[in-house]
Amino acid sequence: MSPGFNSPLTLSLLLLAAWGMVGLAGLVRPVSIAFVARTLFPLGALFGVALAVVAAVSLGRPAEQLVLPIGLPDLPAHLRLDGLSSVFLILLGAASAGISIFAAGYFRQGEGTAPGLLCLQYHLFLASMGFVLLADDAYAFMLAWETMALSSYFLVTTQHRIPEIRQAGFLYLLIAHLGAIAILLSFGILQGGSWHFTFDAMRAAHLDSHWATIAFCLALIGFGAKAGLVPLHVWLPEAHPAAPSPVSALMSGVMLKTALYGMIRVSFDLLGQPVWWWGLVPLSLGLFSALYGVVFAAAQTDMKRLLAYSSIENIGILFTGLGLAIVFAGVGMHAAAALTLIAVIYHAMNHAFMKSLLFLGTGAVLHATGERNLGHLGGLIHRMPWVAWLTLIGVLAIAGLPPLNGFVSEWLLLQSFLFAYRVPHPFINMLLPLGAALLALAAALAGYVMVKFFGVIFLGQPREPTLRHAHDAGFAERLGLAWLALGCVLLGFLPTHVISLLSVVTRQLGLGGLPASDAPWWLLVPVPERQSSYAPLVFFAVIAVVVALAIIGVRFFYHQRIRKGAAWDCGFGGLTSRMQDTAEGFGQPIRHLFQPLFAIVRELPSPFDSKPKYRLEIGDRIWRALYQPLGPFVRQLADRVAWLQQGRIATYLLYSFVTLVALLALML
Amino acid sequence: MKALPWDLQLLNTLAALLLLLSFAMLAQRRIVSLVNLLAMQGALLCIATLLLAWRTGSHHLYVSAALTLGLKVIFLPWLLHRLIRRLGVYWDTEPLLNITGTMMVGVLVVIFAFGLAQPITALASTATRNSIGIAVAVILIAFLTMITRRKAMSQVVGFLSMENGLFFGAMSATYGMPMIVELGVALDVLVAMLVLGVFFFQIREQFDSLDLKHFESLKEDR
Amino acid sequence: MNVFDWIVQLMGIALAVAAAPLLVGWVNQCRAWLQNKSAPGILVPYLGIRKLFHKDAVIAENASRLFRLAPYVVFGTMVTAAAVIPSIATRLPFTRAADAIALVGLLATARVFLSLAAMDVGTAFGTLGARREMMIGFLAEPALLVVIFVVSLTCATTALPLIAERLSAQSFTLNPSLAFTAVAFTMVLLAENARIPVDNPATHLELTMIHEALLLEYSARHLALMEWAAALKLFNYACIGVAVFIPWGIATSHAPLSLAVSIVLLGVKLLVAGAGLALIETLSAKLRVFRAPEFLATAFLFAVLGLLVRLLLGD
Repeated sequence: MSPGFNSPLTLSLLLLAAWGMVGLAGLVRPVSIAFVARTLFPLGALFGVALAVVAAVSLGRPAEQLVLPIGLPDLPAHLRLDGLSSVFLILLGAASAGISIFAAGYFRQGEGTAPGLLCLQYHLFLASMGFVLLADDAYAFMLAWETMALSSYFLVTTQHRIPEIRQAGFLYLLIAHLGAIAILLSFGILQGGSWHFTFDAMRAAHLDSHWATIAFCLALIGFGAKAGLVPLHVWLPEAHPAAPSPVSALMSGVMLKTALYGMIRVSFDLLGQPVWWWGLVPLSLGLFSALYGVVFAAAQTDMKRLLAYSSIENIGILFTGLGLAIVFAGVGMHAAAALTLIAVIYHAMNHAFMKSLLFLGTGAVLHATGERNLGHLGGLIHRMPWVAWLTLIGVLAIAGLPPLNGFVSEWLLLQSFLFAYRVPHPFINMLLPLGAALLALAAALAGYVMVKFFGVIFLGQPREPTLRHAHDAGFAERLGLAWLALGCVLLGFLPTHVISLLSVVTRQLGLGGLPASDAPWWLLVPVPERQSSYAPLVFFAVIAVVVALAIIGVRFFYHQRIRKGAAWDCGFGGLTSRMQDTAEGFGQPIRHLFQPLFAIVRELPSPFDSKPKYRLEIGDRIWRALYQPLGPFVRQLADRVAWLQQGRIATYLLYSFVTLVALLALML
Repeated sequence: MKALPWDLQLLNTLAALLLLLSFAMLAQRRIVSLVNLLAMQGALLCIATLLLAWRTGSHHLYVSAALTLGLKVIFLPWLLHRLIRRLGVYWDTEPLLNITGTMMVGVLVVIFAFGLAQPITALASTATRNSIGIAVAVILIAFLTMITRRKAMSQVVGFLSMENGLFFGAMSATYGMPMIVELGVALDVLVAMLVLGVFFFQIREQFDSLDLKHFESLKEDR
Repeated sequence: MNVFDWIVQLMGIALAVAAAPLLVGWVNQCRAWLQNKSAPGILVPYLGIRKLFHKDAVIAENASRLFRLAPYVVFGTMVTAAAVIPSIATRLPFTRAADAIALVGLLATARVFLSLAAMDVGTAFGTLGARREMMIGFLAEPALLVVIFVVSLTCATTALPLIAERLSAQSFTLNPSLAFTAVAFTMVLLAENARIPVDNPATHLELTMIHEALLLEYSARHLALMEWAAALKLFNYACIGVAVFIPWGIATSHAPLSLAVSIVLLGVKLLVAGAGLALIETLSAKLRVFRAPEFLATAFLFAVLGLLVRLLLGD
C-alpha cells in the first residue's frame, strides 16, 4: 500500500531526514558553540517530540510500507511502519528529546571535537537509529545499523586525545562489527533460498528447523553483542563511561533497545512461529547477565561504570523476558506470551527514561565537580538540589519501587512468570519459577546498587573540599532532566494506557492482545482470571494523604521546633568526611558474597610498612578467560597465514596458476 | 483444590519431611547431629510404612516397619554413636563447596530428580506414586552428601541415607519390596556397617585421622 | 463500594496504626517473662512515642530535606501497607489497589528511604547501617517473593484478600508446601523486622546494630514516627502471615457480627504469634553479620523446596 503524503510513515521519514539536516547544519559554523547548542540541539529535540507523536498516532492504524528509489539496483530501500516499529520510535523520539535538550545546555568548548562536528555525529546517530526501526529489508537495515555503529563510535571518541578513550572506542567498534557480521549471516539464512532480501520474502520463506535454529542463534549473537549480553558485554563498561554523558544516555537508553527491537523482529516476525526451546538460550543468558551486571555494579567506584553495568543488568532482564515469551509462544500459550512481550517492551521504555535520567544526572555532576570517582564526591544534594531531586526520581524508578515505572514492568514480568508452571515440559516447568526467583534477586540487588549510587554521590558529607564550589545545572539541563523524570512518573502512573498501546504490537505479531477486563482506567488488571491488580495512583494518593495528615497532625497536636547541632554519631566527636562509607565499602558485602564471579587482586598493608597502603583491583573473569587469550591467538594465526606472503614474484604467479588450474578442474 | 484423604495427606507430609531431613543432613557439620537426623529419617520411614500397611492391609509391611524400627532407628544409630565415641570424631571439616553453594546444587539435583520421576509417576499405579520423585531426590542428595564430605563417618551416614531413600522409593512405587529382597538388603547393610567399623580403626591407625584427604597420598607418583 | 465499606476500611487502618505499638509491647513482655524478669508494662511503647513527640528535634547541620522528609514517607508507606493487607476483612476498597507483589515493593520503598536517610548525615554508623540493611533486604525480598509464588500457585492468584478467602474456605489439610513456606516466611519476618537472630532490637552496641544504626541521628517526632513505622512493619508482617497461613475466621462479608468475630480472632492470633516470636527470640542467639546471608539463603531454600514440593505433589 503506497501511503499518502501525510501518512505517519512519510512523516516519520521526513522527520528523520530533518534530523540529518540539523546535523549537516552544524557544519555551517562548526566552532560556534552558541549556534550549535542553543539552536540546533533544541531543534533536534523538537523533531524528536514530533516523531514520538507521529509514531503514537500510527499505532491506531494498520501497518504501512514504502519503497524508496535509493539503494542497490535490484534492492531499493523498503521501509515499513508497523506497531513494533512505532513503539520503539516513540521510545526513540521521547527519550532523545529530553537528552537533546540536556545536551543543549551541556556541551561546551573544549570537548575535544568541534561542536558542529559533534552535532552532525549526534543527529546522524539519531537518524540512523530511526532508520533501523523503519527498515524492511536486509540492506537498508544493515546500512542503518552500520551508520549507527560508526556515528556512535565517533561520539564515544569525542575526547579522542585521551588514549583510554580511544581504546574503549576501538573495543566498541570491534564487537559491534562482530555482531554485524553475525546479523548479516542471519539475514542470509533467513531469506531461505528465494535470494530476495526483503523482510516480506523472509516472512514468507519456510526454513527447516536446523537452518531456522542457526539463524536464531546468529541473530542472538549479533543483537546480543550490540545489546551487551554476557559474554559479549565487555565493550559496555568501557564505552559508556568514555563517551560524554548525553551520548552515554543515548547509547544506554536508546541504542541498546534497537538491539532488542531487532531480536523481537527476528524471533516473532521474520521466523514466524518460534520453537519453544530457542527461548531457553536468551532466558539463561539474560538471567546470568542480570546477576553479573548488578553484582559488578555494586563493586564499582566510577559512577558511570556503575550505570553501565546496571545497563547490562537491565538488558539481561529484557532478554530473560524475551526468552520467556518465546517459550510461551512456542508451546502455544499465546496469552502468556503476549503478556510477557508487553512486559518486555514496557521495561525497555521504562529503562530508556530511567537510565537516561541517571546518566544525565552524572553528566551534570561531572560538569559541576570534574569528578567521576565516587570516592571524591558526596553531599551534593545541598549544592545541586535540582539535579539531586530529579535524579532521585530516576533512582527510585530503576530500583523498582512502586508507584514509579520500574516497578510496573517488573510486576508484569513476575506475573507472566506465574504462568510458567503450565509449560508442558517436565524440567522446564520447575526451572522457570526458579528463574523468577533469580529475577527477583537481581531486582533487589538493583535497589542496593542504586542506594549506593545516590547515597555516595548526593548524600553525606563532601569527600573533597573542592566540592564546595559545585554549582547546580543550567536551565536547559534542568529541563531535560525534568522531561525524563516526568516520563518516568507518567509511565508509572498510567500503566493501563501504555498497555493498551502495547497490545497493538502483540496483536500484530499474532499473539493476540490481553484479555479485556472491566476494571476502571486507574486499576491495572492484566490477567482478569487471576484478579491480581495494581493501582499506582491509589498508592501515591494514599501515601501523599497520609504524609500530609501526619505533618498536619504533628503540627497541630505538638510543635514543629527544630534545633540544629552537630551530628550525634553516638557521642564520638571529630566527625570528618573520611569516616563515612566509601563506594568500595558499600559494595563489600556483595563482593564478599559473590566472590567467585570476580577476579580480585588485593594488596593488604602489613604492620611493618612505613607507608601502609591498600590496593584492590576487580577484574572481569570473562575478559581474562575469553578475550585476553584472543589477542595472542589471533596474532599466532596471523603469523601462520603471513607465511603465504613470501615476497617473491614467482610465488605469487604460482598462486594465480594454481587457482586457475583448480577452477578449470572444477568446471570439468 | 481437591482434598485428599487424611492418610494420603499425612504420607505426603512425611515425604516432604524426609526431603527436608536429607537437606538438613547436607548442611550439617556436627557428626552427632548427622546420626540423629539419620535416626529421625528412619523413624519417619517406620511411620510411613505403618500408615501404608494400615491403608493397604498387607501384613508384610508391618514386618517391614518393625525391621525398619529395629535396624534403622535403634541399632544402627547406636552402633554409629558408639563408633563416634570410640574414634573421637565429632566435627566434620569444611565441605568441598561452601554450605550455600552445596544447597543450591542440592536444589538443582532435586529439580532433576522431580523431572526424572514424572514419567515414572505416570506409569505407576499406587496411590503414593507422587512421592517417587521425592525418593529419587533423597537418594541423589544422599549421594551429594557423600561427595561433599571429608570425614569417612559422614560418608557412611550418606550411604545409609541413600538406602533410606531407596526403601522409600520402593514403598511409593510398588508398596514395598518382596520380603526376601528386603531381608537381604538389611543384612547387607548390617554386615557393611560392622566391616566398616573395623576399617575405621585401621584407617585411624594408619593415618592418625579419619580425614579422607590422607587417602590421596596413596596414589602413584608419575 | 458503599460508605460502610469505607468506614470499615478506615477502621481497619486506624486499628492497625493504634495496635502496632501494643504488639511490640506484648512481644517485649513475653520476652521478659521467658527470661524470668518482671515485664515493663504493655503500654510502654505508647508512652515512649508520646514522650518523643513532645521533645525538640535536634538535627545535624548538614542534614538535607530528605532526612526530614524520610520519617513521614516511611510512616506513610507502612500505613498504606496496612490499608492493603486484609487483616480484618477481605472485601475492602483498598485491598484491590495492590496484590502481594506490590506489597513487597511497598516495603522495599520504605527500606530504601530508611537507608537513604541514614546515609544523609554522613556518619560512619549511618552508612554502615544502610549498607547492612540493604544487604539483609536484597536477600529477604526474593525469599518473600518465592513464598508469595508458592502461595499464589496454590490459590491461582496473587491478590492477598483472595488468597485469604480461598485458603480459609478449604477445610484443614496438611499442606507440606505451605508448611515449608511458613517456615521461610517466619525467617524472613525475623530478618526484616530486626529481630534476633538477625539483629537485636534492644541493642545500642554500634558494631552489631542494623536497624538501630539507621535511626541513630533521629530525635523527637521524627524518631517517634520511625519507631511507630517499625512497630507497624512488624504488625503488617504478622498480619500477612496470619492472612496467608492461619486465615480462618477472617470476615468475607461486612456483617457487623462477622467483623467483630474477625477482630477478636485477629487479636487472639496476634497474641499467640507475638508469644511465639518472643519464644524464638529467647531460644536463638544473634548471628554474626555475615552469617545473616546464610540464614536468609536457608529461608530462600525452604521457600524453593516448598515450591518444588507443591509442583510435584500438587495437581
